[in-house]
Amino acid sequence: MIAEIGLAALWLAAALAVLQLLGGFLGAREGGSAISVLVRPAAVLQAGLCAVSFGALVYAFAVTDLSVKLVATHSHSMKPLAFKLSGAWANHEGSMLLWITVMALSGGLIALIERRLPDRMMMATLGAQACVAVGFYLFILLSSNPFERLSPVPADGNGLNPLLQDMGVSFHPPTLYIGYVGLSVAFSFAVGALLTRNVTPEFARVMRPWVLVSWIFLTIGIVAGSYWAYYELGWGGWWFWDPVENASLMPWLAATALLHSASVLAARDALRTWTIMLGVIAFSMSMLGTFLVRSGILTSVHAFAVDPERGSFILALLALYIGGALVLFALRANTIAEGERFSLLSREGALVVNNVGLSAILGIVLLGTLYPLLTEAFDVRVSVGPPYFNPVSAIFFLPMLLILAVGPLLRWRKDSFDRIKWPVIIAGVATLAALTAVAAFSEIGLLPLLGLAMAVGVAIASFMPLKGRNLLRTPLPVWGMCVAHFGIAVALFGVAADTAYQQERLVAASAGDVVEIGPWQATLTSISPVAGPNWTAMQGDLLVSYESGPQQDVHPQARSFWAPPGETSEVALLTRWNGQLYVALGNMAEDGRWQLRLWWKPFVTYIWYGGLLIALGGALSLLGRVVGDVRRRRTEVRDETRRAEEAELARA
Amino acid sequence: MMRWRLALLAAMAFTLPAAAQDRMPPAPYAYTQLDDPTKEQQARELMHTLRCLKCQSQSIADSDAPMAGDMRHQVRTRIAAGESPKEVRAWLVSRYGDYVSYEPQVSSTTWPLFVLPLVLLLLAGTILFRRLGARTREDSA
Repeated sequence: MIAEIGLAALWLAAALAVLQLLGGFLGAREGGSAISVLVRPAAVLQAGLCAVSFGALVYAFAVTDLSVKLVATHSHSMKPLAFKLSGAWANHEGSMLLWITVMALSGGLIALIERRLPDRMMMATLGAQACVAVGFYLFILLSSNPFERLSPVPADGNGLNPLLQDMGVSFHPPTLYIGYVGLSVAFSFAVGALLTRNVTPEFARVMRPWVLVSWIFLTIGIVAGSYWAYYELGWGGWWFWDPVENASLMPWLAATALLHSASVLAARDALRTWTIMLGVIAFSMSMLGTFLVRSGILTSVHAFAVDPERGSFILALLALYIGGALVLFALRANTIAEGERFSLLSREGALVVNNVGLSAILGIVLLGTLYPLLTEAFDVRVSVGPPYFNPVSAIFFLPMLLILAVGPLLRWRKDSFDRIKWPVIIAGVATLAALTAVAAFSEIGLLPLLGLAMAVGVAIASFMPLKGRNLLRTPLPVWGMCVAHFGIAVALFGVAADTAYQQERLVAASAGDVVEIGPWQATLTSISPVAGPNWTAMQGDLLVSYESGPQQDVHPQARSFWAPPGETSEVALLTRWNGQLYVALGNMAEDGRWQLRLWWKPFVTYIWYGGLLIALGGALSLLGRVVGDVRRRRTEVRDETRRAEEAELARA
Repeated sequence: MMRWRLALLAAMAFTLPAAAQDRMPPAPYAYTQLDDPTKEQQARELMHTLRCLKCQSQSIADSDAPMAGDMRHQVRTRIAAGESPKEVRAWLVSRYGDYVSYEPQVSSTTWPLFVLPLVLLLLAGTILFRRLGARTREDSA
């Protein structure tokens, strides 16, 4: 019964989306339309219905209703409750339902609170939002119904892949989806602005919070995904440049560029067409990411060709929306007047360089990700990996770090180098000093060396914009910018330090053996079997000490799950301020000794701390913008009431 | 949504055979390092740029798959015997095809990978020059 309610709610929501689509686009015309009064209520109601539908699916998973096919194929009665719930979106159908639910909720939210834009533009925006939503409703209802029943009802479910039974990865998809969907809202605003010829600073100010939210969540999603891969896969790697990772990196790069160009549009009324273009690109990248991950094309182009139903559906949506938006852009771009002018040495100038650089990196990641798929279609298989991505993206990334250090110091419109001379010299000298010191004391590769040096320079430069300001009265968005830029430096430091200085030990050990790695000494005391709710494991007990300090015990496990059968490595991590000791237990060798894998990874945690700082910077900025908007609206309301009262008095 | 998709597939493809086979490592150098730190370093860097052919998007240095273990053994043995990483890579490519190497070589099929970034670089330069250069001139005029 609950499943049927969920399905019915989803159909109703789809019908409302069609209404919103028609009402929105008709209402966007000159003169409006009678049904456009229904658009906002339709969006709000749709959000409620999607929430009901998603709630129904989560309920079916919570009670392990095995008559629902999706539950039977992806859950198991003996799984811990938390993973039963997260199982609701750890599969294709459920995750698409989550996607559309997040989209409906954000659509409802704009319909409910956004009153700043002209009516016609708002209608066009909500119409565009519904247009995207209808495609996804159709996709779910026609080819990925999550509420399909199963008869006869099986005795128990198939269970969830053991690798996914982890708290980190449970919240990974929702985080990324909020990011993807936030970009769909930015896209809808861009289409609305194009349709009604309203590319104004006001539009940028309304769109900006959505880009920020989306960017914050994408950042957190990427950081969490990277950390999950690091500790769950058991080999100490944190970024692989594989297509699934790139699928989330590309929207992030586009969103970062959009965020910066929207700031220029909001503050200075410049970069109008460019901002619209980025809005279209950013959402295209979200769609492309979904297509790559959901269509099965990554496993093999041929597998995709054999069972192309879902893949083709998403590909058709992708072509329709991106193609449509680009055509609209081509038709309307020339009607957007050129924005305000600025000189090369200005905040805008630096931000243009940032945008071009980010777009170039995006282009490279896109090329490296799609090219192997393209050649595979012609039966030529090539691999593109770190040896390609690292140096080629560094060509653009390193100059961008320079701009990142200098740009925030510049004034809008026009500036002179003399004014910012000292901060630039200080940061430059610090970078060179770090470069010399590192090169003198250790022998490392060129890229890590440059990385370490520039991390120092950027870290110092990132707080320079605060110089001469009253720190208590500095606006939150400025703090946000400084913190986010500092986060880049911290993450870069972590990446470079781990790449340059990590140490690895692979040994076969038996109880009593001592392993030395870097400053650590590890003693294997015993290996014993342990059991959990749905797994058994062999657990290694080790005593480790850092530079002959006090001993601590760590317990890496090799786990075996039985529903479905699978093995995972639960690594033991020992975190210090200056790095992490990483211990993984492997198989037993024929002579009865056990495979141990140990890594000492100096400053590796700074990668994720840096990522979190970047997200925190975004959050500070968002808070500042939202508080500012609320305050402005309150003043406007107060002024209006006063004016009305004065008019009343004058009449009396 | 990123790593777990491939991990899921990799796991589906490998857990069954892994559980079925005995617990003996496939080859001595699959899980053992070389004694010479320089050679081990060379082998390690090389292994990170070779694809595990049975996994989805994992290098042989990051995989528990038996075939990845075999390949690690091959790489370490050959490096220890004095071959250069380049030679080992060439040998693996001749045996398994271009697909095994994450480092694409310029060839008739892969040239766009190297030409397009150059085009991108030129394009970026032109955009910057036109947008910013023109504005500066107009401002000073």
